[in-house]
Amino acid sequence: MHKESEIRDPLILGNKTYHDITRDIARPVEGKANKYWWILFGLSVFLFLWGVGCMAYTIGTGIGAWGLNKTVNWAWDITNFVWWIGIGHAGTLISAVLLLFRQKWRMAINRSAEAMTIFGVVQAGLFPLIHMGRPWLAYWVFPFPNEYGPLWQNFNSPLLWDVFAISTYLTVSTVFWYIGLIPDFAMIRDRMSKTISPMKKKLYTLLAFGWSGRAKHWQRFEEVSLVLAGLATPLVFSVHSIVSMDFATSIIPGWHTTIFPPYFVLGALFSGFAMVETLLIIMRKVVNLEAYITIKHIEYMNVIILFTGSLVGTAYITELFMAWYSGVAFEQYAFINRATGPYWWAYMAMMSCNVIIPQLYWIKKVRTSFIATFILSIFVNIGMWFERFVIIVTSLHRDFLPSSWTMFSPTFIDIGIFLGTIGFFFTLFLMYARTFPVVAQAELKTILKSSGSEYKNKSHE
Amino acid sequence: MNKKVLYAIFDDEEILLKSVKELRSKDIAIEEVYSPFPVHGLDHALGFKETRMAITAFIYGCVGLAFGALLIYYIMISGVGKSWPMNIGGKPNWTFYHNFPAFVPIMFECTVLFAGHLMALTYFFRNQLYPGATTASPDPRTTDDKFLMEIVVDGDDKEMRKLLSDTGASEINEKDSNDK
Repeated sequence: MHKESEIRDPLILGNKTYHDITRDIARPVEGKANKYWWILFGLSVFLFLWGVGCMAYTIGTGIGAWGLNKTVNWAWDITNFVWWIGIGHAGTLISAVLLLFRQKWRMAINRSAEAMTIFGVVQAGLFPLIHMGRPWLAYWVFPFPNEYGPLWQNFNSPLLWDVFAISTYLTVSTVFWYIGLIPDFAMIRDRMSKTISPMKKKLYTLLAFGWSGRAKHWQRFEEVSLVLAGLATPLVFSVHSIVSMDFATSIIPGWHTTIFPPYFVLGALFSGFAMVETLLIIMRKVVNLEAYITIKHIEYMNVIILFTGSLVGTAYITELFMAWYSGVAFEQYAFINRATGPYWWAYMAMMSCNVIIPQLYWIKKVRTSFIATFILSIFVNIGMWFERFVIIVTSLHRDFLPSSWTMFSPTFIDIGIFLGTIGFFFTLFLMYARTFPVVAQAELKTILKSSGSEYKNKSHE
Repeated sequence: MNKKVLYAIFDDEEILLKSVKELRSKDIAIEEVYSPFPVHGLDHALGFKETRMAITAFIYGCVGLAFGALLIYYIMISGVGKSWPMNIGGKPNWTFYHNFPAFVPIMFECTVLFAGHLMALTYFFRNQLYPGATTASPDPRTTDDKFLMEIVVDGDDKEMRKLLSDTGASEINEKDSNDK
């Protein structure tokens, strides 16, 4: 059996047995939702419906309903798109990269992080969809045999790379997630026999795909998980690299930089982990998972946030240096304008939330506190939204001809759609938290004896 | 013949593993083992061959790569009924290798798309997992905290029962003959 070092902190607290894990993970599914869940759910659905209304208005009226103009022809839509895609990145990093590195602490949080990924990518996908103006023709982005010429896509364009990257990312992440879910759905299905809910039992029988836990199936399960992790790891790096190329392959000063792919990937991991923390710190309380999502898990994530946050800060400074060093007046002005122009406050928000505030995690007290982590994670979420806003809007609003310089301000509809996606995201996540096994319990049982606090104490004696 | 199917239940994976090794050393055939989580080393103890899932993924990945390359070649370079390559933004597509760097991202995505999905489908197919399948283990507790070993005995089962409980089985049940 695998042995863990004794000085390593336990990942499962309390005197848990295998049966306790089963019971704890099945409880939210079998129980009734409390008042707070309904309040949050109601609020999310309300925001979502508001967003749907704003989207319908956009499609009925046209993109003129947004605050865009001839100079700033891309603003909140693409900002929100990149923000949501970035949030999606932590899920795959936790489930795939940490699996390859054999990081055991991923097991308590990978399920929820992957759910967040999938729901985040769904929100991201909505923005290009409605920006098309005629979303019912969205399938035109895929190459299919047609009689319009034939009319094909441009495979040299990063926008088409995005189509392929994001659809691959969304579908492969979903499959990876679902393969892990099957044994846990089977666990819930097998417990249902004791309760009296035939509809629920039928549903979970359907979802469990007839899983029985045969030894050969487990062998294949482990191999498939490992290979999918190996496939998802380069995938996750490719997706945000390609998103960054939407900007980097253009000739706009401020966008045309080779640092963008790694810079965007790091920023995505940074914001993704912040969102995982925001969600999990609430969830562990609401569905009583304090024994499984411990302060140690939060601390590990905080260390990653500190590391990626510092790298993001390095990227910001590198960008400034390269602008000066390039000797190109337009490039230099783009960055001076970012920091001191009319959008200086957005630049300050980005710098303080992403570079300065995460440095507090050097202090052990801060990074091992749930409340401090929760507050800091909100700062990072906001900061990363501003990062994308700064890159997109401040690079565009003062372009080559001063006569066309202008400002951007969002309309009621812009704000409504953004809030709507936040509502949609939380609606999905709240429904998930009540109907899915939120922790990969089958995997968690494999580390109970090496990382459970009770077993660790026993081996110590 | 008087065949009986025994279900030996174990409480702990280490005891199960020991029992499996003991039975295998005595050349007793173990029909099946059901467990709530992957037990490390159980596949070797049962004498399973390595699974070939990773090999299928590699083959599917090659198929995806070829598909992506051919798709791009057809659309951008040599489409049927097209007398010249596409010229987009002053960047013509004369040959495949001139434009190769721009084609890498989509070829990569096609590789991952094919490898991931087709391997998952193969996995579902080989394990006979599909929505609506109702197969489950003989004892619902095996998705919770129990480990079940299924053994077929010909004739007298006393000896086998003793052996199983000696190696640590916490309970031994017999398959109901009315069950299918």
